Amino acid sequence: MRPTLPSLIHILVPVKRSIDYAVKIRVASDQKGVDTSVKHSMNPFDEIAVEEAIKLRERSKELVESITAVSIGPAKSVDTIRTALAMGADTGIHITTPENVTVEPVSVAHALKAVVEKNKYDLIIMGKQAIDDDSGSTGGMLAGMLGWSQASFASKLEVESSGAVKVTREIDGGLEKLETKLPVIVTTDLRLNEPRFATLPNIMKAKKKKIESFKPEDLGLDFKPRMETISVSEPPVRQGGQKVESVDELISRMKSAGVV
Amino acid sequence: MLIQKLRLSASSLRRSVASGPSVVRTFTSSYNNAIAGLTAEQEEFRDAVIDFASKEVAPLAVEIDKNNKMPRELFNKMGEMGLLGVTVPEEHGGLGMGYLAQTIAMEELSRASASVGLSYGAHSNLVVNQLRRWANKDQMSRYMSDLCTGEKVGSLAMSEPNAGSDVVSMRTKAEKKGDRWILNGSKCWITNSPIASTFIIYAKTDTSGPPSKGITAFIVEKGWKGFEVGEPLDKFGMRGSPTAELFFDNVEIPEENVLGEVGKGAKVLMSGLDLERLVLSGGPLGIMQSALDLALEYTHERKQFGQKIGTFQLMQGKIADMYTKLSACRSYVYAVARACDQGKISRQDCAGAILYSSDRAVEVALDAQQCLGGNGYINDYPVGRLLRDSRLYTVGAGTQEIRRMLIGREFNAMFDEARGKATMQ
Repeated sequence: MRPTLPSLIHILVPVKRSIDYAVKIRVASDQKGVDTSVKHSMNPFDEIAVEEAIKLRERSKELVESITAVSIGPAKSVDTIRTALAMGADTGIHITTPENVTVEPVSVAHALKAVVEKNKYDLIIMGKQAIDDDSGSTGGMLAGMLGWSQASFASKLEVESSGAVKVTREIDGGLEKLETKLPVIVTTDLRLNEPRFATLPNIMKAKKKKIESFKPEDLGLDFKPRMETISVSEPPVRQGGQKVESVDELISRMKSAGVV
Repeated sequence: MLIQKLRLSASSLRRSVASGPSVVRTFTSSYNNAIAGLTAEQEEFRDAVIDFASKEVAPLAVEIDKNNKMPRELFNKMGEMGLLGVTVPEEHGGLGMGYLAQTIAMEELSRASASVGLSYGAHSNLVVNQLRRWANKDQMSRYMSDLCTGEKVGSLAMSEPNAGSDVVSMRTKAEKKGDRWILNGSKCWITNSPIASTFIIYAKTDTSGPPSKGITAFIVEKGWKGFEVGEPLDKFGMRGSPTAELFFDNVEIPEENVLGEVGKGAKVLMSGLDLERLVLSGGPLGIMQSALDLALEYTHERKQFGQKIGTFQLMQGKIADMYTKLSACRSYVYAVARACDQGKISRQDCAGAILYSSDRAVEVALDAQQCLGGNGYINDYPVGRLLRDSRLYTVGAGTQEIRRMLIGREFNAMFDEARGKATMQ
């Protein structure tokens, strides 16, 4: 017996505002983080997630009812949500945080859980990691909290009208194919798709789309960090090498350095 | 993969500037948002254009220059992006934005590829914006949609072999026969003409009066009997932005294709030229930004005498001059654009914006070439192209000499007894 879908799929796509991938990262003067007064844009893995949600709808219009982009962050995160709306998401949700406050992955997972419990979603497509902190843990934690299936690092995603979800993952030495059913969390790998860029007419239309805004306390959330950053430093500068005249000299130098 | 590729190419550029050529460019730059003074909306617009230009245009710049050919699909892509009708109302397929936005689009496209920028300017300002200003309802509905999507490319023709700076001395003639105009003559140096379908052609419809009277603008379509476009010209720079001659042999133009009023073409032409000079000023700005970014990157990678050459005073001097010239030009161009958006179109300032930025663009491109030393003279580096492209703006869309004359003449008019009191404020 095949399970049938009770209704059309509602997709949630979490999007993070992170430092633009092209920016040269510098350690902040207080050595507690990096300089954030630089260009920000949507986390590239999240762009892939938004693109995949839109592609799913384009592939089968009757399957997808709604695409919601959600972001947790300071006021400027609205720009990131607008980007998702300009790409093709329908509505946005913004959970506001004060400026310069780090929201840890577990807090993000709690926040997303609250959003999922508030509205009804069947599919969450999210980046496998954010390129700023590279934690890569939110998707897995959220799946655990919700008790949903998860398919991480997807390089191909198919959703059937029966509710069956087929995911291909790139693993060492080949492709792994998984099958599960909704509700499910899919995290995106780089080769899933190539995200479109928002066209100017769509950017203008996105301004008219609705973004709901919540304070953490509206959803019973507490973003108090559990970790403390002791210090952040630049990678050590590579020391220059020396040229040697002969193999013999090389060996004697290596011996005196104690490496052979 | 994509991100890794992008990051890799950004870092490989940094690595390779001193050791070898690279066609990949980073799009981090010295552009100072606070000094440019853009509103949040304009900044968003600029970011979107950069996004487009860095993905769709910049990677093609070398090929376009080398092969002297621009992919036609670029117009469809610019159309889809919404760039072709920046100043056109939304109900006609445009964005309903102003001249500053169009200048910014021109700047960012030119920064990616100056020849694409030039073709973009010719299409979206010279043709599309002129139609927006002068076309009647019927003409708007017949031509605007295809021009905004990029389905059709536009081209505007005024210059002739013997009527360049002295444009109103044109000899191309249109004579009324029944409900048609019969067009005869030729035009030269016409940007976009080899790929265009929709042309705005200026022609004499009355030769009895003074040269500036009796000019009429027409909309002419490719393929009409007797209308021929020559082979694309082999140009010094702006290669890939196709330029050719036009020939008219008894071309029949229906009455409904008269643009504006019969005999009032000089007004259409001259007022269009003001806005053309302003918007095309984005071209030199883009070239300068590109040259400066390249020189900055190179002089902070290349080492001689054990230190980065950018830390030598002679190089610091060049970088300082380049940056200051660009910033001064941008401030002037943007200021004129803002005034135009408020309906205050000043002839001497539109001419001044392009006059000043064109001369500075040549200087900045030359400085960038010098910063790159021997590599600046090698075509594997893009700086030679920037220099060749920059030269266009000192002669294209009017010469520097004519721009200076226009500015001088506006001031002469202030002191013209016959015109009474000074009209300028």
